[in-house]
Amino acid sequence: MARTLYDKLWDSHVVRSEKDGTALLYIDRHLVHEVTSPQAFEGLRLAGRQPWRKDSVVATPDHNVPTTGQSGGIAGIADSVARTQVETLDANVKEFGMTYFPMNDVRQGIVHVIGPEQGATLPGMTVVCGDSHTSTHGAFGALAHGIGTSEVEHVLATQCLLQKKMKNMLVSVDGEVGAGVTAKDIVLAIIGKIGTAGGNGSAIEFGGTAIQALSIEGRMTVCNMAIEAGARAGMVAVDAKTIDYFKGRPFAPKGAQWDAAVEAWSDLHSDEGAHFDEVVHLDAASIEPQVTWGTSPEMVVAVSTRVPNPADETDSVKAGGMQRALDYMGLKAGTPITDISVDKVFIGSCTNSRIEDMRAAATVVKGKRVADNIKLALAVPGSGLVKKQAEEEGLDRIFVEAGFEWREPGCSMCLAMNDDRLEPEERCASTSNRNFEGRQGQASRTHLVSPAMAAAAAIAGHFVDVRSI
Amino acid sequence: MDRFEKLDAIVAPLDRANVDTDAIIPKQFLKSIKRSGFGPNAFDEWRYLDHGEPGMDNSQRPVNPDFVLNLPRYAGAEVLLARDNFGCGSSREHAPWALLDQGFKVIIAPSFADIFFNNCFKNGILPIVLSAEKVDQLFRETEASEGYQLIVDLEAQAITTPSGETIAFDVDSFRKHCLMNGLDDIGLTLQHVDDIKAYEEKRAIEAPWLFA
Ligand code: SF4
Repeated sequence: MARTLYDKLWDSHVVRSEKDGTALLYIDRHLVHEVTSPQAFEGLRLAGRQPWRKDSVVATPDHNVPTTGQSGGIAGIADSVARTQVETLDANVKEFGMTYFPMNDVRQGIVHVIGPEQGATLPGMTVVCGDSHTSTHGAFGALAHGIGTSEVEHVLATQCLLQKKMKNMLVSVDGEVGAGVTAKDIVLAIIGKIGTAGGNGSAIEFGGTAIQALSIEGRMTVCNMAIEAGARAGMVAVDAKTIDYFKGRPFAPKGAQWDAAVEAWSDLHSDEGAHFDEVVHLDAASIEPQVTWGTSPEMVVAVSTRVPNPADETDSVKAGGMQRALDYMGLKAGTPITDISVDKVFIGSCTNSRIEDMRAAATVVKGKRVADNIKLALAVPGSGLVKKQAEEEGLDRIFVEAGFEWREPGCSMCLAMNDDRLEPEERCASTSNRNFEGRQGQASRTHLVSPAMAAAAAIAGHFVDVRSI
Repeated sequence: MDRFEKLDAIVAPLDRANVDTDAIIPKQFLKSIKRSGFGPNAFDEWRYLDHGEPGMDNSQRPVNPDFVLNLPRYAGAEVLLARDNFGCGSSREHAPWALLDQGFKVIIAPSFADIFFNNCFKNGILPIVLSAEKVDQLFRETEASEGYQLIVDLEAQAITTPSGETIAFDVDSFRKHCLMNGLDDIGLTLQHVDDIKAYEEKRAIEAPWLFA
């Protein structure tokens, strides 16, 4: 029978299933960071249990690490509560003997950037992490999703998860996007169309020619935000680009095993005629650079348009939500998006901190200066290796000469758990994935955009259509 | 995990869609390495007028008198009535920990975000999906009468309103069983050690690179 990519990934990982459909699903790779793991390790110890397969774990601190002065190591983390959390991860991985990229290791970085970079997450794997953006790893034909801390403990102890199969959903982006339109714009447009609950209960496969045309990095950006469309998992079929991407990565198979893996991976696509419970089509050519205006990623419009008016919304709960968002964001309905000025700019996060993101932003700011009204512009690479490569390409100098700060890797201002944050009512052009109330600091105002659009906003001091410069 | 008993409790209405886990428990509180003590910081940014940080004495902080959960009539509520896509965003289990610590054992909404929904069951919270119309009705009734209580009977899969109306709800049979008996998933899974080992042996032949 014709199967979807998700069906295939699911079938190959079911250990056993109950009559009601609850299955024990085997997990190949478990990524661990400092925020959602301490209680899981503690639970393991309290129950006197050992990790089932400690070689499946790859751990790194990312959420809490400062993006300046990392050379001081853990001891250099000024916030004592954050320091304790990183120390706890350090102690836990050492106690159990797991693969670990600690602070100051060039391989350290945001867990969703370093997994693929190391080849630690591969096509055909099941990948979990106590972090909702684990969906990122679906970009290369893996089944990857976020889990809670109880499940982190469950996977540590049993190498399995209790799961029910999700529905199959296909989001097909057909045709070609115009110049200046990136993976970020595609995924924001998708969320704008299907809504933040559109993918609830589904695994989304992203397909169509516009997705196929993306690099692996671009596909990661799209899958990263599947969770913002309500889906725990997003995925893209394996093709020649996928295989090229993994060749030679440190954890990728070598020699005869590589050949065998490539052969197995070549089946990681939906069969002709496979059944999807839901199919959504988007016309790539109609997608413009996107800017969010509200406090939910679905509150998004094209840069050429205006802030929408709640009065035009017929659903009263929705209209109320829109008005609350406008009040929170300090915006008036009808304002042209390009009239919105920003205070800070953040280029980074697991959505957009890979080398191609840094290149895209650097291209825009090269030889220019950030506008006078910009209080802070940050460029934060996703990993030590991205940072190193960017520096080899001279991107750090381009950023610094334009007035950006070039930082050390971590989650940074994406969630503002470290010192990188917005002050109340400050407005940010951000390449991250969430514009929730308070996400980047108390009363912070976040507008989600692509790296090129964030860079263009830094130079102009307000949002601007990157295609016009 | 505690067993889920039948509940007869006050209902608090949180009338917003897309309430995310950042709102339920803001990130500064995630630095804790414990599972407990998050209750006083549940909905911190909405609940207090100042900015909360871990280690503050919450009893001394200025509360936001307009936030619905601060209204005296909803004190002691154990049922939270919510709107679409409740619990979206971050996978942080600190969100159900905070809600539970705050006293909520049942959450009723037209839809939930998947990870949050799942995390609830792992912590003894029962999330119930009802139709948008039923949820609307419960919002109206809760707001109209002070002291509004619901009886939630997991075994019978039914909610009873003060007027005696019963509303049936669905729950996955396995999750119901775990919740009613306070069962630990890990212990249950470890009853299948032989199956897991057999799977690994077979898989190591098919895809040896996964075990390198
Ligand atoms: S960069 Fe942001 S979204 Fe990504 S893992 Fe870090 S905090 Fe989460």
